[in-house]
Amino acid sequence: MIEIHDLYKYYGDRRAVGPVSTSIEQGEIVGLLGLNGAGKTTTLRILACDLLPTSGTVRVDGVDVVERPDEVRARIGYLPDTPPVYTEMRVREYLQFAARLRGMNGADAARRVEEVMELTEVREYADDVIAALSHGFRQRVGIAQAIVHKPRLVVLDEPISGLDPVQIVEMRALVKNLGGEHTVVVSSHILNEISETCDRILVIQDGKIVASGSEAELSSQLAEGVRIELTVKGSEVESRAREALWTVPAVREVELVGAREAGADVRSFVVLASEDVRDRVSRSIIEAGLGLLELSRSERELERMFLQLSRGGRAQNGSSAGADAPQLTSGGLS
Amino acid sequence: MTKSLLVARREMHAYLRSPLGAVIIAAMLLIDGILFYWKGLTEALLSSQVLEEFFWAASGTTMIAAVLLSMRLIAEERQTGSFTLLNTSPIRDREIVLGKFLSVVGMIALMTLLTIYMPLLIFVNGKVSVGHIAVGYAGLLLLGASVAAIGLFASALTRSQVVAGIVGAAVTGALLLLWIVARAVDPPLNEFLSAVALHHNNFRPFMLGTLELGPVVYYIAVTYFFLLAATKVLEARRWR
Repeated sequence: MIEIHDLYKYYGDRRAVGPVSTSIEQGEIVGLLGLNGAGKTTTLRILACDLLPTSGTVRVDGVDVVERPDEVRARIGYLPDTPPVYTEMRVREYLQFAARLRGMNGADAARRVEEVMELTEVREYADDVIAALSHGFRQRVGIAQAIVHKPRLVVLDEPISGLDPVQIVEMRALVKNLGGEHTVVVSSHILNEISETCDRILVIQDGKIVASGSEAELSSQLAEGVRIELTVKGSEVESRAREALWTVPAVREVELVGAREAGADVRSFVVLASEDVRDRVSRSIIEAGLGLLELSRSERELERMFLQLSRGGRAQNGSSAGADAPQLTSGGLS
Repeated sequence: MTKSLLVARREMHAYLRSPLGAVIIAAMLLIDGILFYWKGLTEALLSSQVLEEFFWAASGTTMIAAVLLSMRLIAEERQTGSFTLLNTSPIRDREIVLGKFLSVVGMIALMTLLTIYMPLLIFVNGKVSVGHIAVGYAGLLLLGASVAAIGLFASALTRSQVVAGIVGAAVTGALLLLWIVARAVDPPLNEFLSAVALHHNNFRPFMLGTLELGPVVYYIAVTYFFLLAATKVLEARRWR
């Protein structure tokens, strides 16, 4: 359905996205998860043909977004971070305009608009001016315009942000219902918002996809391994320290990194282990006759980011809406 | 083309629903009326001279209205985010530009139509040819369309309506004043400059009621050039 290959987007000299390569299957609901500024919106805008990529290829149903953008646009519905509504128009009128713009004829558009108003529960407000609607209802009108022409792909940029807890639950149900008939790509900076809605989550950081999978898969990937940093002093420190570290059974990887402290015989190492073996590492170093200057457990960058994403979810959702979502707590990751 | 008309119709509705369109048209009609009274009715003039004065005054208000009406067209949509709908729909950039342009021309036509009572008043005490009136109005529409295209181009450049308005007014003003520059330079440059000045030599024939091919082509060329420029700006923005 969607194939992204080696996608890059630069704003001037600054790389916003890239390299990104992934594919998304027909009918899948995929979440794009990342902190603010990670490149989510840029990626979605490229998918929606709002923005052209600097390099790389993006194909929707085999059609290239750069070569034949009009064909791609006809297959796509896009809700940007602010709903692209004309506030002076009435809901029904606006949706009919959006449908006609995507090439539906008058009669089809009129029929389909009634359907999507029902689906997004804005029928009650069909004759209201959009300026008079609350944020939550404008967001629904935004989703309605994104699906009014029955697109194959629906791209939603943070559809849940700014909604109240009740609206969040309803919006999740709405997004979930879109799957199957449509392929859906939805972004968020809060894990809980999308973890139960999406079949698969792509974690994006610094413009790159750093992890992918269901919520459970992601947390098990993260739970694997503990990273220990240590600084050691002694003669022939490098070989002796390595030898000592490898005597600890759980150690899987030993890497020499830039020394944290100055000195001729001082070296720093990063050790990856399958469990927390700080006690055995320190004993083994000391038994080898080396001096242990520093030893600490460090969170991996992805792990740290993930914690932030899941903490953000709990802070924002509060108790009522967050309670039904599986919690990926900091405890679960440590 | 149907999509351009769809956009044009939506824009016309937007003008007519917001106070903006009505306020601009009312203000311009008021100024037209005052100028018509002052320049045309307070002195002893021939009927055709009164008509010339009317078209001279109306050309000024038409240009001002065209800048004011067109400055919001793209800038406002970019600011509110609604432009994304157009940008991600299967409609070409040139169709967007054309639709928006048609809506301003429609508004200018409406405004111009509402001034018709002034030339008709001349018939009370004098006599002018219907041809003169028709040619004058054609001139007003052509001039208005040119300035609307300039304003639309300015509106494509920025998110700020104010900046768009200033750029539109500056480009229009610079093109207007070329005839002054023309007086200060040597031939053959002066002839070229006065030929490309927006109003001076190009609008005069319309004021006098003579339909000449040159000025008609000139206004169509200006309109086409700025609509094309606006389209190119939109296309370029997709890369940023």
